[in-house]
Amino acid sequence: MSSVQEPVVAGVATTPGAPPPVGVADNAPPPAGSPAPRRPRRPRRTQTFTTPGGTVVRPSRTTWRQALRRDWRLYTFLVLPLVFLLVFRYLPILGNVVAFRRFRPGSSILGDEWVGLYYVRMFINDQQFWHAFTNTVVLGLLTLVIVFPLPILLALMLNEVRSRHFKRSVQTISYLPHFMSVVIVAGVVFQLTAVNGTINQIITALGGDAITFMQEASWFRTIYLSSEVWQTVGWGTILYLAALTTIDDQLYEAARIDGANRWQQTWHITLPGIRPTMVVLLILNVGTFMAVGFEKILLLQNPLIYSTADVISTYLYRVGIVSNSVSYATAIGLFEAIIGVTLVLSANAISRKTVGASLW
Amino acid sequence: MVTTDLSKPAAAISTKPRVVRDSPAYRSFRFVNAALLIVVCALVLYPFVNIVAQAFSSEGYINSGQVNLFPRGFNVTTFGVVMGDDMFWRNYRNTVVYTVVATTIAMALTTTYAYALSRRNLKGRKFFIGVAVATMFFNGGLIPNYVLISELGMRNTIWAIVLPNAISVFNLLVMKSFFENFPSELEEAAAIDGMTTYGIFFRVVLPLSKAVVATMLLFYAVSFWNSWFAAFLYIDDPRLYPVTMYLRNLLAGVTSGTSIQGGSTDSLTQIAANVQSVTMLLTVLPIICLYPFIQRYFVSGVMLGAVKQ
Repeated sequence: MSSVQEPVVAGVATTPGAPPPVGVADNAPPPAGSPAPRRPRRPRRTQTFTTPGGTVVRPSRTTWRQALRRDWRLYTFLVLPLVFLLVFRYLPILGNVVAFRRFRPGSSILGDEWVGLYYVRMFINDQQFWHAFTNTVVLGLLTLVIVFPLPILLALMLNEVRSRHFKRSVQTISYLPHFMSVVIVAGVVFQLTAVNGTINQIITALGGDAITFMQEASWFRTIYLSSEVWQTVGWGTILYLAALTTIDDQLYEAARIDGANRWQQTWHITLPGIRPTMVVLLILNVGTFMAVGFEKILLLQNPLIYSTADVISTYLYRVGIVSNSVSYATAIGLFEAIIGVTLVLSANAISRKTVGASLW
Repeated sequence: MVTTDLSKPAAAISTKPRVVRDSPAYRSFRFVNAALLIVVCALVLYPFVNIVAQAFSSEGYINSGQVNLFPRGFNVTTFGVVMGDDMFWRNYRNTVVYTVVATTIAMALTTTYAYALSRRNLKGRKFFIGVAVATMFFNGGLIPNYVLISELGMRNTIWAIVLPNAISVFNLLVMKSFFENFPSELEEAAAIDGMTTYGIFFRVVLPLSKAVVATMLLFYAVSFWNSWFAAFLYIDDPRLYPVTMYLRNLLAGVTSGTSIQGGSTDSLTQIAANVQSVTMLLTVLPIICLYPFIQRYFVSGVMLGAVKQ
């Protein structure tokens, strides 16, 4: 970045706060004879652009020196965000090397000495880790199978509503839980599942015995998934509803003329119409598969129900932060992240091959 | 085209004109459909109703499991106690401060970065976009982040809460696509009038982008208002907690309602019975009150992001 300074100064010198020259003649696109652009290759793009400074440029062939001289003010906008990303996003990625190094609190953030795959071997032989791993996969799969399709269903139902007011009211109400803090969601769950809570009121009214839901491992998955549905189902419809409006009305008309009933129209026109949206959202969901609702689970779980409620992220939280085994927990986290990235990449590749829709 | 979407709420989608008469089967389907949607709304709203009912009920009815839709044995003892608790107000004020500071930082970084990225002739643009987008898929993970914040000496300071989440890549991309569709004639005119990039950005682009700026502001503000985990990880001093942590500790039983000075035994059992509902109610109140007004901004923001996809 040492080359940054010089052109900036040059930029100041040539335009010292004065109005930039008006007219094309003064600052026409860098002529072919100017010293810097020395590449005779054909430009990739033929379109020209206009900078905020009024300069018309061909974007293909500017050197860094020219770019900095012309746009140095724009580049100053990049400095702080880039520092932020570097420190708070990229440094922690680098910090993952402590998975292979011994870390001592207080000394280097990157660890003291190489220990190779010591910590990887450690978690491979850790019964509790595999337990959490299984729970994560089960919860992740259940989320994909149960929570993911429901917004599609709700969007289709909303699509059949003709009263605009009714539709809007349903939307407004169903979006509401999305804006609640996880802590509130956890509070709601505790309150509804309490021994004197609504669910137990119903059970006892029907002649059953009250259940201590939050202390029974067998109930955790049901409770977690229900709260997840409650919080996300309404908000999840937004993108589908947007996609539904882009479907051409003529398709429906043609189908009606061909005698298709409403159900056939939904199956053959509506669903294919929102398929790209479904695929993109599915890929994104697959990407967060391993990170299943970490904060919510952390709030909801207690040692009595670890057998179903302990997932990788909460396990590594306990190992790394409560018990302070930083290197070990980092190794687990790295493993989790690698699975996550692999899942996104393969889901993306598969959907590009099969459905033709992908994230990038 | 994207710009016009912003002014139009999602629900304003026109219903399709139908000339064909519905079959009886379809008419009964629509009836069932509407009924189901009403059930969905009832299920979504019920927990909130239940919170309110519990918050105002008296201890006897709560403990015997008789409170569901309406308050029984109307009672506001716990409100008095929670609202009289210094720590509650201190944490509430912390939440406000954290939200304001964090949102300001986030907006400053996001708008400037998004604006720079939206200039198509910026050299290195693809690289700078990639640097941000990559962090959507790769992140350091919990422990390295924790180590970093600790090593930076940010524990038990406001910075641990307001800095680490300053740029949301999703919001960044939404703003970028908005700025990309900003009419370039205006910028050119400003440039001809002698404005620098700074002048154009602060005096032309930003004032004309109020809609997207407001949307992003709300996105950030709500997420910071709701956050608790950063405080949970990095703050040990209860006086620095946001109100979400106050509530979390109540739920987790770290602190109980009875630890608040309450007075007689009667009021103590009353507090124990509904201190959680009262605190939840007080915590969500600002969001619930603002919600009807801010909802459509959120929807339009998500749509903007979707256009990018």
